[in-house]
This record gives sequence, structure tokens and C-alpha cells, in this order.
Amino acid sequence: MFDREIRDRVDRLELPWNELGVDPYGVSKEHLTVFFKLLYPLYRHYFSVEARGISNVPKRGRTMLIGNHSGGIAIDGAMVIASMLLEMDPPRLAQGMVEKFLNQVPFASSWSNRTGQFTGLPEHAIRLLEDERLLMIFPEGARGTAKLYGERYSLVAFGTGFMRLALRTKTPIVPLAFLGGGDAVPTIANSAWLGKLFGAPYVPITPYGFALPLPVKLEVVYGEPMVFEGTGSEEDVVITGYVERVKAEIARMLDEGRHRRRAGSTFAGGAK
Amino acid sequence: MKVLVPGVSSALGRRLVSALLRQGHDVIGIDRRPFGPPVEGLELHEVDIRKRAAEEVFRRVRPDAVVHMATVTHLVKQSEDRYRINLQGTRAVFDHARAYGNAHVIFVGRHTFYGAAPDSPLYHGEDEPPMALAYFPELADLVAADLYAGTMLWRHPELVTTVLRFCYTLGDSGHGTLATFLRGGGERVPMLLGYDPLFQFMHEEDMVKAMVLALEKKQRGVFNVAGPQPIPLSVIVRETGRRPFPIPEMLFSAVLGRFGLPKLSRGALGHIKYPVVIDDRAFRAATGFTHDVSEMDAMREFRRAFPPMKRG
Repeated sequence: MFDREIRDRVDRLELPWNELGVDPYGVSKEHLTVFFKLLYPLYRHYFSVEARGISNVPKRGRTMLIGNHSGGIAIDGAMVIASMLLEMDPPRLAQGMVEKFLNQVPFASSWSNRTGQFTGLPEHAIRLLEDERLLMIFPEGARGTAKLYGERYSLVAFGTGFMRLALRTKTPIVPLAFLGGGDAVPTIANSAWLGKLFGAPYVPITPYGFALPLPVKLEVVYGEPMVFEGTGSEEDVVITGYVERVKAEIARMLDEGRHRRRAGSTFAGGAK
Repeated sequence: MKVLVPGVSSALGRRLVSALLRQGHDVIGIDRRPFGPPVEGLELHEVDIRKRAAEEVFRRVRPDAVVHMATVTHLVKQSEDRYRINLQGTRAVFDHARAYGNAHVIFVGRHTFYGAAPDSPLYHGEDEPPMALAYFPELADLVAADLYAGTMLWRHPELVTTVLRFCYTLGDSGHGTLATFLRGGGERVPMLLGYDPLFQFMHEEDMVKAMVLALEKKQRGVFNVAGPQPIPLSVIVRETGRRPFPIPEMLFSAVLGRFGLPKLSRGALGHIKYPVVIDDRAFRAATGFTHDVSEMDAMREFRRAFPPMKRG
């Protein structure tokens, strides 16, 4: 059973737990175990996620994972978090920077907090990095999850906040390319009206109605760490230049992955 | 050193008095409430801090230090009265301290200053503005008193002012906002369904230790003071022998005060929905403060002193 594997991996996370298995941010072993038990079958079987370049992620110390959004709901983030726990040795907890609205939604609020997924505030990012944590950021933001099926391998504009934070805290950036999310959730439109109903910015609509992801093979590629020198108070033009270099690297990895996928089969079960 | 303690008649005040006397200080207490069982060595004045008799105490004693605890923090009092006590009282303390010997003044504030908001960072630093007011207008007087005390740092630099913002306390006294909340409804403690904020608390003895250290080190400035790491409310509820009773937000105001559940003001709702957690690194660095009582011991002590009462 994978229960024991997950418990073991959660135990091996190098976080400062107290006697109750809670860290200073309220991340709880108990909640992580439940969370990863849900993710495991999705990661291993439903999406059969393939993780490449795991050795590019530092085993310890402050690190920023910077990736592209892929798929209208947060499967990209969830699978990156799962791959960091299941594939790394020792396992690491990737901590995302989530949309503000989530903290106000019942259950989403308590579960995101207990699993270390905090509101995307610079204060959170700085503190976590100074505590030598692994941060996961999708600089495309909500615009990125809104990508339609035809745009699934493209990138929209990157926010620049992450670069200033990386410079200020002297954090290496690991670029990541996430492939297949757009096939799993083939979005044809985004409904702001439905979003309002759930308290979210929008809800993606697929040809079959709701955004239930299809069992498509997903892939996450971690690139070599990129280190930029500076203080974080450089002018916008300098920062944008650095951001473009990260974006270009992710675009290159996406392109490479896309050709690889075209050569192989897209569907996990070989249905295509 | 001569230490004057306005607001001495609280559970915390008693502990502070004992600690100061043990260290050989002269302790002079002021409170309009009766002190309870007398403590040998304490010079007690049962007067209102805002009245002339209190000024006479300052005039005669000329204290070296003042630990100002004479603020009303619970929400039972009418707000008009609270405003007067918290603001006029704080003003009187600083006026008298300046007039009679420039004593070091420690203002004992609360971490609720920062407020519980959905979009604020988890750890609050001292330089953050108060966000409490929009969500919890009942706290306005405490926030104002805290800010007023802070203005002394630049308006009267000749006075050493220390503003301490303490997190909740938990221990065998059963006093304080968190303890009262836990004790309020028998064995069931109301929570908002789907929310489980972090709570930060320290033992009363550690709070006293921090105040004594602040007196010794005489550091000017505004400092957050906390003890062990924060933990989720549901865990505190369980570890103190109680059961969380999750209620959907829509029904919340309808069921509070009934079915053996405690009453809670609308503003207080935010505090069981979102966390108020403070970053206390500056205080620890400035004074060398470390806490002695762990979160587990504080909860165990509270549980022993206040076992949950079964209804019926």
C-alpha cells in the first residue's frame, strides 16, 4: 500500500515540527498525509506524471520553482507538489503562493494553510525563503490558468515580483515546464459568472461541461538552477530582462517537451 | 528600582508584583479594583488612574519605571467607558511619568492590534498598520491607546517608552481572551466550519518574565512578544480536553449563546476565522528573551485547572 510510503516521506520532510507535528506556519503532518494520499493515485496512475530533471532541485536551502501554468484548475501546482515529495530524496515540501480568494473559502482556507500553501504575499515569500523553504511560483498568475486549449503551450506575460524577491533573498531559481495540463482540462471558455458562484475569479468550461480533468499523461521538467546577482531594487528594465531570461528558458523546455510528446503517445493508457 | 504598576489588580498584575518583589524592587500598585489577598511588600493604592489621587502617588513616589497595565481588554464593558479608561488612563500615565522624574514607561498592549484579516501576512511585524478596525471596531480604543503610546517615542524622546504587544496567554489562571473562550461553553468550543486559524499563546509566567526583562534592558521601541510557535485552534481545543463544534458561518450568530455555547461579538468572529500571529524576533534579539513554558505544558496546565464541564 502507498499509505506507508507517504507517511514515511512526510516523516522525512526536513521541517521544524513541534511535538504535535505542526510547524511554525501551521503546516501539519496529519493534513499533509491526507493531502498526499489523495494526490498519490492521481500522480502515479490517473495522470501517470513523469518528472524529469529532479536532480536540478537543490536538496536543501532556499529555492524558487518558477513554472508555467497548464490546465484551468490547479492540477499543475498539485502535481509539482506531489513530485517534490514523491521523487526527491530527501523529500521536500513545495509551498505555493495561492490566490487571495482561497483563504476566504471554507475548507479551502484551512486545508491550504495546513498544507503550507499560503496567500501570494511578498511577506510570505520572503519569510519562507529566509527559512530555507522551497517556494513554488507561477508568475503568469490567474491569466495563466485562463489559457484556452489552443494556447496550451504558450506563455502569457510573467509578473516580475518573483525576480525582485529572488534577488533580495539571493535565492536560486529552478525553471520548470509543465506539459499536458491543457490536454487534461481542454478549456474552451472561462465563466466569470460561475466563478462568482464559487467565490473564484472564473471557472473553466470544457467541451464536456465542467472542468473534470481527463486522464492525460502529464509531464514536469525541472531545469538547471539560474542564479541572478543583485539587490532586488534594480529598475524595472533590468528586472524585466532577467524575467525574460527565465521565461525564455521555460519556453525552450516547453517546446522541447512538446516535440517529445508529439513523438510519443499523449494519453496515459495509450488510447490515442 | 521603584516600579509603579497601574492596573495591578489583574491575575497578571499579581504575578508581576511577585516577580518584581522577588528581585528586590519596590513595587507600588494602583488600581480602582480591589487587589484581593494582600501581598507583603506591595504598596497599594485603590484609586482610579485618571484621578488626582493617582497623580499624587506619582508625585510622591517618583518611580523609576511604570508598567502600564490599566487597560480594559475584555469586551464586556460599555465602549464609552472603555474609551475613557483606555485613552485617558494611558494619557495620564505618560503625563505623570514625564512630570515626575521621566520614568521608563512600558505600555502593555495586545497583538490583536493587527487584526484578523483574510489578506494579511501570517506573521505580523511591528511596522504594520492596525487592520483590526474595519473588522472589529470594538477594539478601536485599544488600538488608539497603543498608537498614542507609540507617539511618545518621537514626541518625548527624553522618556524611554517601550510598547509591548503580547499574544494571548494560557495557563492555570484561566484569565485572558483565549482561556475565556475555551472555558465559555463547557466541553464544546464553537468554531467556524471550514476555518481553523492559528492561535499564538504564551504562559502568564513567560509574559511576566518578558516584562521584567523589558524593565531591565530599558529598550525603547515597539515590540511584539510571543512564546511558543502558534498552533491551530482545533488542536488547542482538543489538547485542552474539549471538542471543536464546527458551525456553518450562516448559522453562527443564530446558535451562539444557546445550546451551551458562549456568546461572541460579530467582530470576534474574524478571530476564529483568520489568524493573528506575530513575529517576535526583534524582542528576542533586543532582550535575549526566551520562553520557559512550551505550548504543550501551557495547555496541560490549563486543562488541569479547568477541566471541561459536561453539560446536563
